[in-house]
Amino acid sequence: MDLLNALVALTNFVLIPAIAYGSQLALGALGVTLVYGILRFSNFAHGDTMAFGTMVAILVTWGLQSMGVSLGPLPTALLAIPFGILGCAALLLATDRVVYRFYRAQKAVPVILVIVSMGVMFVYNGITRFIIGPDTQSFADGERFLMNARQFREWTGLAEPLVIRWTQGITLVTAVIVVIALFWFLNRTRTGKSMRAYSDNEDLALLSGIDPEKVVRVTWLIVAALATIAGVLYGLDKSFMPFTYFQLLLPIFAAAIVGGLGSPVGAIAGGFVIAFSEVGITYAWKKVLTYLLPESLAPDGLVQLLATDYKFAVSFMILVVVLLFRPTGLFRGKSV
Amino acid sequence: MSNYLRPVAMLALVAVLIVGTGFVQSWNSALLILNMGLVSAVMSLGVNLQWGFAGLFNVGVMGFVALGGLSVVLVSMPPVPEAWSAGGARIVAGLILGVGAIAAAIVAWKTLSKKVRGWAVAGILVVGFILYRMVLSPAVDAVESVNAASTGYLGGLGLPVLLAWPVGGLLAAGAAWIIGKTALGLRSDYLAIATLGIAEIIIAILKNEDWLARGVKNVIGLPRPVPNEVDLQRDPGFVESAAGWGLDPTTASTLYVKAGYALLFAAVLVVLLILAQLALKSPWGRMMRAIRDNETAARAMGKDVTRRHLQVFILGSALCGIAGAMMTTLDGQLTPQSYQPLRYTFLIWVMVIVGGSGNNYGAVLGGFLIWFLWVQVEPIGQALMGFITAGMGEGWLKAHLLDSVQHMRLLTMGVVLLLVLRFSPRGLLPER
Repeated sequence: MDLLNALVALTNFVLIPAIAYGSQLALGALGVTLVYGILRFSNFAHGDTMAFGTMVAILVTWGLQSMGVSLGPLPTALLAIPFGILGCAALLLATDRVVYRFYRAQKAVPVILVIVSMGVMFVYNGITRFIIGPDTQSFADGERFLMNARQFREWTGLAEPLVIRWTQGITLVTAVIVVIALFWFLNRTRTGKSMRAYSDNEDLALLSGIDPEKVVRVTWLIVAALATIAGVLYGLDKSFMPFTYFQLLLPIFAAAIVGGLGSPVGAIAGGFVIAFSEVGITYAWKKVLTYLLPESLAPDGLVQLLATDYKFAVSFMILVVVLLFRPTGLFRGKSV
Repeated sequence: MSNYLRPVAMLALVAVLIVGTGFVQSWNSALLILNMGLVSAVMSLGVNLQWGFAGLFNVGVMGFVALGGLSVVLVSMPPVPEAWSAGGARIVAGLILGVGAIAAAIVAWKTLSKKVRGWAVAGILVVGFILYRMVLSPAVDAVESVNAASTGYLGGLGLPVLLAWPVGGLLAAGAAWIIGKTALGLRSDYLAIATLGIAEIIIAILKNEDWLARGVKNVIGLPRPVPNEVDLQRDPGFVESAAGWGLDPTTASTLYVKAGYALLFAAVLVVLLILAQLALKSPWGRMMRAIRDNETAARAMGKDVTRRHLQVFILGSALCGIAGAMMTTLDGQLTPQSYQPLRYTFLIWVMVIVGGSGNNYGAVLGGFLIWFLWVQVEPIGQALMGFITAGMGEGWLKAHLLDSVQHMRLLTMGVVLLLVLRFSPRGLLPER
């Protein structure tokens, strides 16, 4: 019984939150890794791209809510995601046309593009705050719990509750669908194959008649979709605040680099590695250990390895370890 | 000739802008802009050293600035004897233990055979971490419970506050050494992510380790290198001479204090600028630029690229630390929550790029100009928005637009950066 209780506590406080967070990070990291693979620079504006897409989705959600549209138990924001993607795609394509294309034509070195993306980051940041303000916004509605504490206790008779929120379930399901669709696109369609070819070897791809501008356009479209979905899921699961999205840049980059920049599989793996370590290291293990250990050994303190505010430190330490021992990442990304 | 005219003209423009602020708004705001402009100029000198001289991409400026701020607390605040007796020695022991564990792990990694060293290092680190927490945690609780409302931390050394400026530089240099040892030699964007991360960690430490600098409870009332306004207003001699200038004592005292800071900061900036200029012109500076322009060729000529990178990374970060200490001295308080990457990292980058990377005068100019813009965008935007919305009826859109003016800053900075990168990529004062 104790063992079961320990398992339930572990699932409730570590596994479920980490899986949801990991899915969100993975979607974010996929966007970063695609930009890196095709356009060959680290996009510092990615966090703010997520914020912008989410903002559009939130505005549409509010509009739908005021018209009385709802999805029953599901959050209305799911209906708004396509609009968010459209808005975000329009912004990204416009940015590419006005800003990035010039440097691509010049064949500027990657680090210049990184600095350019810093400027873009400022602009997106300003736009988002200009429209929706810097404060926290909540836009989740529908049912809250897929399974609440009382139901689970009555159902199993265990002392520990297992709580699953709708947003966590939705996050996982959406992430799985998006990832399957993305991989199908990259591996099975003509456009997807030309994207991979362009990423592998630009010159060879150009020689075989691939239109680079089309590849870039499609990439931005996919990045807009990934960023908006990741942003909306994160916002539903936690809350929306422009600054938090900007701060997500660090774990997202850590995930992409740990997995291997430019490798989609790596981005997903990296997202989960970062999420599990962040949650695992900042979780107070007292409850789980009290169930597992004999009474004489039960811990006095919280057995929390690091305070919650140090979660950035966790992404960072993993990043450093990977960079030192395996600089191309777990899944052999590019090292240009 | 135009080579010399341009910087002079540009700096004259900055002077006109600041003096103009004095006439149009108030001399207090002019001096405020001047003071923070001086601090920003030191920061952008530091970043210019790293990026302009050596092509190192450091986006952790905020962390080094914050370390400078920490040094002000550690150097100048009076020590708290009760806290030291409650757990000071134990905290020191815990920290030494932590450093020792890391050192032992590094030694083990270097000396042991390939088969066992992974496990040995992991073991040393796990045991070391547990011991470290066992020694440190009770002491931290003891220190933080000493008179928590006003102290609850170990305090500083009670030394003159000006000493904190070089110490801030040293602290930042130490942190830069650790980061440089691990992250330099990797690709440029990896260094960027690593520095971005370390800056967040330094801020997290400042926010959480209450025993060090009271965390989010802030340290206020830091000692000042210039006299206090209130003391000046009580001084009959000062009041008399203020009246001679035709000023009331309150305005005169605030101006006097701000001018005092401005002189101190200007002295630091001039010294650092001369040093940076000498470095740029020296064989060392030529070597740095040679490495920046073609690493492989420089290595083939027998230059130790990694060591030189480490050197210049430490120097640049030290400048950011000094600037951070100056800024915290000016503020008179350390508030970890006020450190935001957009303001303390990316804005400095805008300064360097706009001013002209690789040119020290450019960095200084960028520091002043961008800081001026950063401060003045808001009133200008307010006036502009007032003009635009003047014809609108009262409604939520008007209120929203007027409210949003404060966010025009970020937008303006981004647009300025993008415009400069596009149309004048070498900045206002290009490298010569």
